[in-house]
Amino acid sequence: MDDYKITVGIECHVQLNTNTKLFSGVDNDAVDKEPNSCVSPLDYALPGMLPVLNKAAVEKCIRAGLAMNCKINLVSRFDRKHYHYPDLPKGYQISQFYQPIVGAGVVHLPDGTDVKIDHAHLEEDAGKLMHFDNYSLVDLNRAGTPLLEIVTDLPGMSSAAQARLYCEELHRLMIYANATNGDLYQGNMRFDVNISVSNTDKLGTRTEIKNLNSFRSVERVVEYEAKRQIALLKKGEKVIQETRGWNDATGKTTTQRSKENAADYRYMPEPDIPPVVLEQSYVDRIAASMPMMPADYRSKFDILNLDESEREAIINYSVLAKRLAEACDKNIKLSPRIAHWFSSTLLTEENQDKNFSLATADELIELSDMVEKKELSSTAAKEVLMEMYDKKNTSKTPHQLAKEMNLLQENDENALSAIIDEVLMMPECAKAADDVRNGEMKAIGFLVGQVMKKSKGKANPASVNELIKNKLS
Amino acid sequence: MKIADKETKAVDLVRRALERAKASDDYHVFISLNEANALERAKNIDAKIERGEKVGKLAGVPFALKDNYLSPEGNTTAAAKMLEDFQAPVTATAVAKLEAEGAIMIGRTNLDAYAHGGSTENSYFGPTSNAFDKTRVAGGSSGGSAVAVALDIVPFALGSDTGGSIRQPASYNGVVGVKPTYGAVSRYGVVAMASSTDTMGCFAKNAEDANLVMSIIAGQDVKDSTTLKDYWTRDLEDARPKRKTIGLIKDTLGKGIDPEVSKVVRDYADKLKKSGYEVKEIEMPILKYALAIYYIVVPAEVASNLNRYDGIRYGHRSSEANDLDEIYQKTRNEGFMPENKRRIMIGNFVLSSGFYDAYYLKAQKARTLLIQAYNKAFEEFDALLCPVAPRPAFKIGENTDDPLQMYMEDILTVPPSLAGLPAMSIPAGKSKTGLPINIQLVGPRQSDQMLLNIAAELENR
Repeated sequence: MDDYKITVGIECHVQLNTNTKLFSGVDNDAVDKEPNSCVSPLDYALPGMLPVLNKAAVEKCIRAGLAMNCKINLVSRFDRKHYHYPDLPKGYQISQFYQPIVGAGVVHLPDGTDVKIDHAHLEEDAGKLMHFDNYSLVDLNRAGTPLLEIVTDLPGMSSAAQARLYCEELHRLMIYANATNGDLYQGNMRFDVNISVSNTDKLGTRTEIKNLNSFRSVERVVEYEAKRQIALLKKGEKVIQETRGWNDATGKTTTQRSKENAADYRYMPEPDIPPVVLEQSYVDRIAASMPMMPADYRSKFDILNLDESEREAIINYSVLAKRLAEACDKNIKLSPRIAHWFSSTLLTEENQDKNFSLATADELIELSDMVEKKELSSTAAKEVLMEMYDKKNTSKTPHQLAKEMNLLQENDENALSAIIDEVLMMPECAKAADDVRNGEMKAIGFLVGQVMKKSKGKANPASVNELIKNKLS
Repeated sequence: MKIADKETKAVDLVRRALERAKASDDYHVFISLNEANALERAKNIDAKIERGEKVGKLAGVPFALKDNYLSPEGNTTAAAKMLEDFQAPVTATAVAKLEAEGAIMIGRTNLDAYAHGGSTENSYFGPTSNAFDKTRVAGGSSGGSAVAVALDIVPFALGSDTGGSIRQPASYNGVVGVKPTYGAVSRYGVVAMASSTDTMGCFAKNAEDANLVMSIIAGQDVKDSTTLKDYWTRDLEDARPKRKTIGLIKDTLGKGIDPEVSKVVRDYADKLKKSGYEVKEIEMPILKYALAIYYIVVPAEVASNLNRYDGIRYGHRSSEANDLDEIYQKTRNEGFMPENKRRIMIGNFVLSSGFYDAYYLKAQKARTLLIQAYNKAFEEFDALLCPVAPRPAFKIGENTDDPLQMYMEDILTVPPSLAGLPAMSIPAGKSKTGLPINIQLVGPRQSDQMLLNIAAELENR
């Protein structure tokens, strides 16, 4: 936009998919649960209750940190962040203000750009308020869910598109690291976006839009805010540092809270939880257990010459990316076909609920090889592929499936020859046979069709074509 | 202390305690009695003994519980209007461990609301009187528990000590008071005052009884991440000091200390010498900063820990509130005592942005220096000897208009609290007017039993 440079910073809250909450040992999965049914005396902030750190949450943080190429801090601490709100039972949130568990790192985006990470800290989520006409109710099911807050560092992102790309990549990374379920609708990942514009070397005054839960809204917010701020500056007005709310329906942001009334959180070291001290060997063990990451797959799939959209569609599903990578290791020549199957056939709406892990790389290679060897038409191969993702077929090889489905192509020359002879004897084919003999090759199509019909589709049309030519020459 | 057996019925022990509790009504020791539950428990224990089943180490022994320990038996009020009607759904670890050994809680004792204070005058339910002079304070904040033991209502009582709340009332009432090493006893289920110095301890008639009670309630607890690995495991006679060297802290015997108190401490030093201890004077000038450190660190944690009392989920809620802000403001204004509010204001001030470095952070650095000074002293001495309080129990109402003077009463008890050290309040003498005066023995972390061993040895001389 003209000579204005846009700077975007993002804080992303990731709900970690641990079995139990961060400090209370209570079920962490509140989806479809009765309000206040996943609540312990600690979550309720009764007097005398003490937080006990969930080790699994620490491990998830490390995994998330490693996924973002971050330094893992071997000593981290918790702090209390104080404010009063009915969804915050203790009157403070346990967070990591001074010494977070995850240090600086970098996220590589699919377009080749990088976004720097300042740090990521572990904290507890608050509960939820439900507002009615003249009263409000509190649901504490979510209170105490572990959150990892990931904070980007300067220079940040420079466009709405890059901001979206970052959020999407972060989403992928967190799922790859098995740090979150990544359900945006359920608020598993929520984005706070900071935006400023400037036409000098200095950063402009920023505004913040909190609690966005879709990639599209992040993109739209940045577009809208950048435009709004630039328009203000061009009119000679100032951008006010404030928190603004995003209205998805109107596509606009509006003033929520200006910085002058900003809360003083009175941070204080959390005395109830000893420092988290990690052994390097423990971090190393977790690092060794990390799967390949999207960036790894991108370079791995380079050789397959896939479209970017095709490649990213596959990488969105870590299990498919894994299968494709395994296939590449086994037989690079047979792998592009598998990639196309994934992106064009498997990844369609109606297959959303399929278990993508069912077909193994070996089976996929075998199927691709059958097409390569003309044992299966490409249409038939897709039918077999879908059957491979049916749970009842897991013990069957693609060949067995194709045979059961009667889709195997007939390549045996003697068998084909016999069928062709039969066809050539049929009265209705006499004219076409004569035409071919006389060099009118167009007529061969009719004969091939008849053979195909007689073979119930299993004959390999190319072979049939050749055989008929030989017989009639 | 008497344990129930074939001859001694638990029901009789409990009945006697309840009778004495009722007879001492005018001291205002208890906020509530636990009569029905206690008798029920006693009957069960007697039946077990009758059947020849195994009973615990404290079978049928009645005890009094400072009313900031959670237990479903009766309300846990912390002597605050805020929690006047609060019934806990869970049991504090220390209480659960005692009950597992057959001890029976007969009542909940008075304290300064939320344990903020040194006289039990800050109780929403009114002050407790001193066991030796009803016109004087019981001390605090665990005043009710100290008096319950001093009046022979129960052989032991639980208290909590954040900056002297067990040791000082023990001294004012002439009983043994144990403030253990920080982390020795689980804080789970005790209304938090200042999390980094809160310790759970007991009052008893002698060091041996105190050791027995502590050996039961101490130990690592998965519910409190700051608890230490089990170490309170020896017989008391096996916990003898190795060097038999005692440091008499010279700085604590001069200006501002009642000469009668100094004399009791010096007499105790002489007794130690006669028992074969080497007693040498030591100077610890850093102690004079302890009170300043304490009244920054502790109010900060107090303010934080009291944030949860907001009228939303449980406890008092103002009936005058018209919106959310008023729920907070009026509920907290009505539910807290003036001393609670004073500490909340100090705490929020020292933590506020722009002041944190100057107050809280600086205090924590000074706290580290204090810990180092103790460590250095313990290179030479097994234990340090000093007074518990600058003077014997003062008159009820004497300090209520002067909070700073009230804080001064803590000057000798807060240093070990800030350093997380065990400190014992041991009966050692009386003033001319007959008021008890205890001495204080302070040792390295986890030397609790060694300190009690010294006290036990001198009790018999």
